[in-house]
Amino acid sequence: MSSLSSRHLLGLYEVPKEDVQLILDTAKTFREVLERPIKKVPTLQGKTILNLFYENSTRTRLSFELAEKRLSADTMNFTKSGSSASKGESFKDTVQNIEAMKVDMIIVRHESAGIPKYLTQISDANIINAGDGRHEHPTQALLDMYSIREKTGKLEGLKVCIVGDIGHSRVALSNIYGLQTMGAEVSVCGPSTMIPWQLESLGVKIYNNIDKAMAENDVLNVLRIQLERDAGELIPSVREYHNYFGITTERIAKNNPDILIMHPGPINRGVELSSEVADGTSQIILNQVTNGVAIRMAVLYLLGTKTE
Amino acid sequence: MQVLLKGLRLLNPDQGLDKKADILISNGIIEKIGSIDTSEIKDVKEYNFEGKLCVPGLYDMHVHFREPGQEDKETVVSGSNSAAAGGFTGVACMPNTNPAIDSAEVVKFIIDRGRDHLVDIDPIGAVSKGRKGEGLAPMLELYDAGAVGFSDDGTAVKTSALLRRALEYSKMIDAPIIEHCEDESLAGGSMNESIVSTQLGLPSIPTVAEDLIVMRGILLAEYTGGKIHVAHISSKRSVELVRDAKKRGIEVTAEAAPHHFTLTDECIKAFDPNYKMNPPLREQKDVDAIIEGLQDGTIDCIASDHAPHNIEEKEMEFIYAPNGIIGLETQLGITLSELYHTKKLTIEQIVEKLSINPRKVLNLEVPQIAVGETANLTIIDTEKEWEVDIKSFKSRSINSPFGGRKLKGKSLSVINSLQMFVDGEFHSI
Repeated sequence: MSSLSSRHLLGLYEVPKEDVQLILDTAKTFREVLERPIKKVPTLQGKTILNLFYENSTRTRLSFELAEKRLSADTMNFTKSGSSASKGESFKDTVQNIEAMKVDMIIVRHESAGIPKYLTQISDANIINAGDGRHEHPTQALLDMYSIREKTGKLEGLKVCIVGDIGHSRVALSNIYGLQTMGAEVSVCGPSTMIPWQLESLGVKIYNNIDKAMAENDVLNVLRIQLERDAGELIPSVREYHNYFGITTERIAKNNPDILIMHPGPINRGVELSSEVADGTSQIILNQVTNGVAIRMAVLYLLGTKTE
Repeated sequence: MQVLLKGLRLLNPDQGLDKKADILISNGIIEKIGSIDTSEIKDVKEYNFEGKLCVPGLYDMHVHFREPGQEDKETVVSGSNSAAAGGFTGVACMPNTNPAIDSAEVVKFIIDRGRDHLVDIDPIGAVSKGRKGEGLAPMLELYDAGAVGFSDDGTAVKTSALLRRALEYSKMIDAPIIEHCEDESLAGGSMNESIVSTQLGLPSIPTVAEDLIVMRGILLAEYTGGKIHVAHISSKRSVELVRDAKKRGIEVTAEAAPHHFTLTDECIKAFDPNYKMNPPLREQKDVDAIIEGLQDGTIDCIASDHAPHNIEEKEMEFIYAPNGIIGLETQLGITLSELYHTKKLTIEQIVEKLSINPRKVLNLEVPQIAVGETANLTIIDTEKEWEVDIKSFKSRSINSPFGGRKLKGKSLSVINSLQMFVDGEFHSI
């Protein structure tokens, strides 16, 4: 049986095509399991998984937790926000203390980029990145890719545009790496203040005009505008953002009626998507959530059963 | 007591000196230079330094010794030990201590702490009270107590108005204002803004944050006639700005740190906080521009920005870990390896940037290698190959990205203040 080339999933940067393919294909099997009356399989029985969440997250954490339980793993949750140093115990001490309880896998979410990589140096567990700073969020990108493939039947040659605050998004970078690996043509669209420095050198086309982006792409992956966070200094107002970059039914009809709209959620209605579009795409968006569980089951399974 | 140093190449571009000779030191004073026959002298300790370089003691004009306030990271004594081990006989220490060096008492306290040490310690006073940027520190009083320059290092002087007043005020004593060039509103990131920061998803600091404050300093120095010194210059554009300003005759000088002419932001890909400092590691084009600036004299000095931090702090998450690395014990080796052995700078230029120019910027006397002068010397083996071992550092901290690096060129001994540091030990002479 084939297996992944790494024992961790830190990001999709330089992850080989075979690995991505394997995860997506494995997820398909688990997606079928999720439709059965009994949704649990014994694959990871006896494995202990730690969900180490240093940043608020409801959806990703629940999705991982469910995936772990569906695979019959024992799970523990550790949730803490802010700097480890401010609480007296260093990140390293915390991790090594928990690891002394014999943990097989660690799912980590942290506000500082690079923490999953650092974990591989201080822990023997398999590490899965559930989002580090603005760096990567590989399982989200994998589930986006899975959902796109499910809808369109392919990734190769597909034109996918990521719309929104690219600079503050870990989802964008993972999507770019993953989609490019699978042969898709990736572009981004947003106000120029939301496009990170020298992004074009990653082979990504940049749009500042949403109509043009819609006309020239098969798929839009629309990111949530983080009103509470960084958007404030990057755009004059939510109203202006919606007027110039919001996806509306009029824009879809005018530019590309066949375009596939994706959204990792949660949606800001009336900001990145109009309410109508949000309602129209809700099936796809909710299906993404279900696919998320399947993707995470696939990743956990492939890493958890990988023989050293 | 007498010490005889045999077989040296004496080199001091400041006095046009380059010759092979022995040196006899009596009670800390250079007694004789030339070919000296040991049998004529009684009670002399003799060292054979055949073919080694003897230069005026090296001087690092940018170090952080953390005392008072953070003695667990470094003290005046441990920092001075680190300086001696690295080949330095003098340092200027930055005022971001706790309390800051903003009163005569703190200046005197620091000088007093280093009084019996081989290494000369010259405090830099704060520009503003408490480094808060709200009003001038008592600069004249600080100067009289022994401060040799002024800086709010760690941050730039908060407002243009305050920098203007500081430049005007310091003219009375001809002391430089040393600027940490970083626009506050553009700052706050963990690394340089580049394709690498985009790929790593780390919050970034653009080079223009530095360039703006360099330009502000240059314009205000021109306007007031004061002296501005650009600390740890790191961006290509800033080097160009300083070069142009010098051509216009504006009183501006600059220093560069070894990590800024050796490493790039690519190093951060492993997320090791020992590569995190401020200004951050930039791109190859900036590294090249700094080397060019050192070559053509735009950049006057090499200074380490020796910034000790304890292990717990540097083991924090990258975005929370404090900025700074130590550098006193690697600076000479890196400079010789990266600039001398690669033929980018001559040995004379290196002596100027590591010994003569920093003292000139701070209006300190440059030690002369001549009979009757105080012996203030560094003896260097430019060919010695060694590997950096952070465990052997004399500094109280080990936060260096250069551990394990192979270098060529090392200080063998320093002599100053009636003391000699050789083979890892201090001796009275």
